[in-house]
Amino acid sequence: MNVILETVLRLAGWLLIAPLLPGIINKVKAWVAGRRGPPVLQLYYDLARLWRKGVVLSTLASPGFIAGPAIAWVAVLCAAQLLPLGPAGAALSFRGDVLLLIYLLATARFCTAWAALETGSAFEGMGTAREVSYAVLAEAAMITAVLSLSVHTGSVTLVTMLAPAAGAGAVLLGAGLFVVLLAENCRVPFDDPNTHLELTMIHEVMVLDHSGPPFAAILHGASMKLLLFALLLTEAVLPVGELSPVAAAGALAGGVLAVTVGVGLVESLLARFAFRRVPLLLTMAFLLCLFALLVAWKGGEA
Amino acid sequence: MNNTLNLLIGLAMGLNLMALGSGRLPSVIRTVAIQGMVLGVMPLLIEEHIQWLALAIAVGTVAVKGFVIPQLLQRAMRAANIDREIEPFIGFIPSLLLGAGGTIGAVAVARVLPLLPEHAGSLLVPGALASVLTGFVMLIGRTKAISQVCGYLILENGIYLFGLLLLKATPLLVDAGILLDLTVGVFVIGIIVDRIQRAFDSLDTRKLTILRE
Repeated sequence: MNVILETVLRLAGWLLIAPLLPGIINKVKAWVAGRRGPPVLQLYYDLARLWRKGVVLSTLASPGFIAGPAIAWVAVLCAAQLLPLGPAGAALSFRGDVLLLIYLLATARFCTAWAALETGSAFEGMGTAREVSYAVLAEAAMITAVLSLSVHTGSVTLVTMLAPAAGAGAVLLGAGLFVVLLAENCRVPFDDPNTHLELTMIHEVMVLDHSGPPFAAILHGASMKLLLFALLLTEAVLPVGELSPVAAAGALAGGVLAVTVGVGLVESLLARFAFRRVPLLLTMAFLLCLFALLVAWKGGEA
Repeated sequence: MNNTLNLLIGLAMGLNLMALGSGRLPSVIRTVAIQGMVLGVMPLLIEEHIQWLALAIAVGTVAVKGFVIPQLLQRAMRAANIDREIEPFIGFIPSLLLGAGGTIGAVAVARVLPLLPEHAGSLLVPGALASVLTGFVMLIGRTKAISQVCGYLILENGIYLFGLLLLKATPLLVDAGILLDLTVGVFVIGIIVDRIQRAFDSLDTRKLTILRE
């Protein structure tokens, strides 16, 4: 009974807290620009509105057009259940679950790309190609980061990997993971979530033809992914697993808030990079994670 | 003390990669200047008894590498009217990967080298090797004369790091002499850059392959 209650609480927590993050980012951006900005709860209103709306279907689209966002949403939610929350541990944990986390996120991306291609629109194919080609580079950095955590702790289980601090390489790892977070969530130096100019978009162009509940699932899944990466970054850098429950909850909330405000500030102060500069930035993220791996590997001996 | 030193050398290695990854000449010059200043304060960390001569050399190194040489280079850059490395021989991503591979290789190789026991745990040798390699990559891979000068400065920083191993054996006047040479070298290159610009309307060193009467 307790297990069921705990799982339900976790699911409810992820589902309800996630849409807050884009609201905070938008508030930070508005604050830097001196505007009042949309309310922090705007995404909740948007989701409710989209949920009530009907779906416009292309005559070309197969059922995959609806199934894609649904599977992607479930995959991200499952990935979230693998992530430990400080001393509370994860809902599901086993040896090697970090690989499942990476592949669930890849599944989510594959399904979004698949649904985008279902529409038969040239724009969406273009956006998909961009999203997937950046994802290849971002994934290399992500896997290197995970590898450095795993070498540092000598474990392949997320709960034990994320419990201690990342040691001497924490700064490198934190910076690398932050760039990966920006790339994976299509935030500013890579993609501008506000623009609707098809030629420059990546993620937005993929979801251009979705409407109603499937679009709500995509938006909600994106916010959950942002929360997931913010938590992963916080737990990789801070020794959250070794704190008392209250301190850990505070550290997690503070860390996620700091990452979100950081994303908002980056978005306010930087312009989106030209496409040919993006691989350079992702290579730097990869190298940051690689050097964190080097520190974790060699630092242990010295 | 050793930890602070290793942190500073790690910072210098990071600056190597920043210099390799950046296409804008002002930021490359700034990176090299910061690296020079970071290396300049190192003798003070290594020496147990700080003498006035060591202090003078440290202050001189920081001043020359951090301010005089960047000023000279920036002046040359303004005179030549360029601020970007547009098409290097080795692209930015390959040169970054080369630099990173070199750095990791240097760290790996330094473990095998027969070093004195007091240098075994420090990053001095890997840092020196990595900087020398970075300097070579920049010297070979860039086409603009000013970037090549920056590569030369990074190369010299690597040699300077090697010199720190022998700090107790070499008189500090040797360091002062090297510093003077370096300044004069950059000073002369600044003039040459100006001449190249006037003669060829470009700083592309690829155009300097044909001798003319």
